[in-house]
Amino acid sequence: MTRLSRRAFALAAGTAGLSLAAPGVLHAQSTGRLVVIGGGFGGASAARYARIAFPRLDVTLIEPKATFVTCPYGNLLLAGERTLPQITHSYDGLKARGVRVVQDWADGIDATAKTVRLRGGQTVPYDKLILSPGIAIRWNAIEGYNEAAAEALPHAWVPGAGEQTTLLRRQLEALPDGGVVGFAIPPNPFRCPPGPYERISMVASYLKKHKPRAKIIALDAKDAFSKQGLFQDAWNELYPGMIEWVPLNKDGRVTKVDAREKVFETELGTRHKVDVGNVIPPQSAAKIAIDAGLTNETGWVPVNPLTFESVRARDIHVFGDANIGQVMPKSGYIANSTSKVAVAAAAAALEGRPAPGPTVYFNTCYSHVGDEYGISVVGVFRPTETGFAETPNSGGVSPRGPLAQQREQRRLEALYADAWYASITKDAFS
Amino acid sequence: MTRLRPALLGLALALAPAAALAQSAPAPLIALSCAGCHGPAGAGEGSVPRIAGYDREAFVQSWAAFRANERPASIMNRIARGFTDAEVAELAAYFAALR
Repeated sequence: MTRLSRRAFALAAGTAGLSLAAPGVLHAQSTGRLVVIGGGFGGASAARYARIAFPRLDVTLIEPKATFVTCPYGNLLLAGERTLPQITHSYDGLKARGVRVVQDWADGIDATAKTVRLRGGQTVPYDKLILSPGIAIRWNAIEGYNEAAAEALPHAWVPGAGEQTTLLRRQLEALPDGGVVGFAIPPNPFRCPPGPYERISMVASYLKKHKPRAKIIALDAKDAFSKQGLFQDAWNELYPGMIEWVPLNKDGRVTKVDAREKVFETELGTRHKVDVGNVIPPQSAAKIAIDAGLTNETGWVPVNPLTFESVRARDIHVFGDANIGQVMPKSGYIANSTSKVAVAAAAAALEGRPAPGPTVYFNTCYSHVGDEYGISVVGVFRPTETGFAETPNSGGVSPRGPLAQQREQRRLEALYADAWYASITKDAFS
Repeated sequence: MTRLRPALLGLALALAPAAALAQSAPAPLIALSCAGCHGPAGAGEGSVPRIAGYDREAFVQSWAAFRANERPASIMNRIARGFTDAEVAELAAYFAALR
């Protein structure tokens, strides 16, 4: 199991490394090999930051896709307000910075030999592994919801090359006026806590303009959600009578789906027939984190809150949606914010310096709910001995109040949301 | 030509620290989260203002005004309350030094 391939041995011995290293990456005085798995907000930000802040590190990014489609702003695509190319990012910027980008699946991690096995057969050695693989969908956690069912009832929660999001968009376009759009929303924790409710809002915005007699039913496995008051105020004001939200205590938890008949069945056996159905299923850390033995009984990865090093394996730093970030949300902003702390800790260890001191983790999350109408939640977090804590008397959501009073606040937040998207994607991919 | 060299060398040395800071010196960890909205190295993006090169004293004063809800804000007032004076001073020094 731990026997290295001949290729890996050659790499480890430094005899074949030359042919693999990108120009400009190879330094005689290299302080170590940083391998990043996952080219999303977390991994791409980590690779970019590592090249800027620690130029003597060799940085390799392993990512199976040639480009990255963001989850954020996918909801605007559903509303017809963004196109797929507008939310797709290439790795050219990272390559230009000297990141060696390997387009392949990381199939396994050998934490003892400190190697990553690629599906293509190659073995990549590391000194420090930066693991930001995101989520996996827990297929069949909802009875009947498997990969085949997702072709009829898209999740659109793991963007891939955008197939799922564009499928849901096509279904919405084909919806008859007067049709029903159903949402199945999972319990906590899951990627992007306000995401389902932004999605409901953006779909409502589209329906109001193009299919005003259509209805939305949102079946939720929770009794409360992120920015709830703000979202519900907006729904009442912008889309009156269109959206029915059914919480857990009103039998909102979907336990079974029939993909052929497009039926959502709840815990108490109520069957909801929909014309378009979006199932946001329960999730766990990505498969590679589970296979590497890094997850605990929760399905997520416990980490040292100062360094993001796995508590189960040395020299593997895990952040982004895959880790247990409570109370920090699983957001792109947190993945970006914490990626730098993980890289700084890894670089310090490689260069024989103590880990950087405690810092501040920070989240801003905007949601679009209508035209020129944005809301946000902000959080300032700090590491503690057992995890992460929200900094007292800070953060929180946008002020509530009728649109007539809050119009400028809502307009500005919609503008800032767009600026946020441009900024954070630059900070990850440029 | 050779007589110019010491002068040029002096100029290069004088420019080097600022250039190096702007391009490659690791930013303090605390400042890195700002990039999510204000752009990499605080360069600004769209409607979100540039903070690179922001006067140090003005930075501290603006922050205090945000924290006290005395300056118009959409989200910075909520953010400002989460940082200590020492942290704000560190942010101010870093962004003021960026070009």
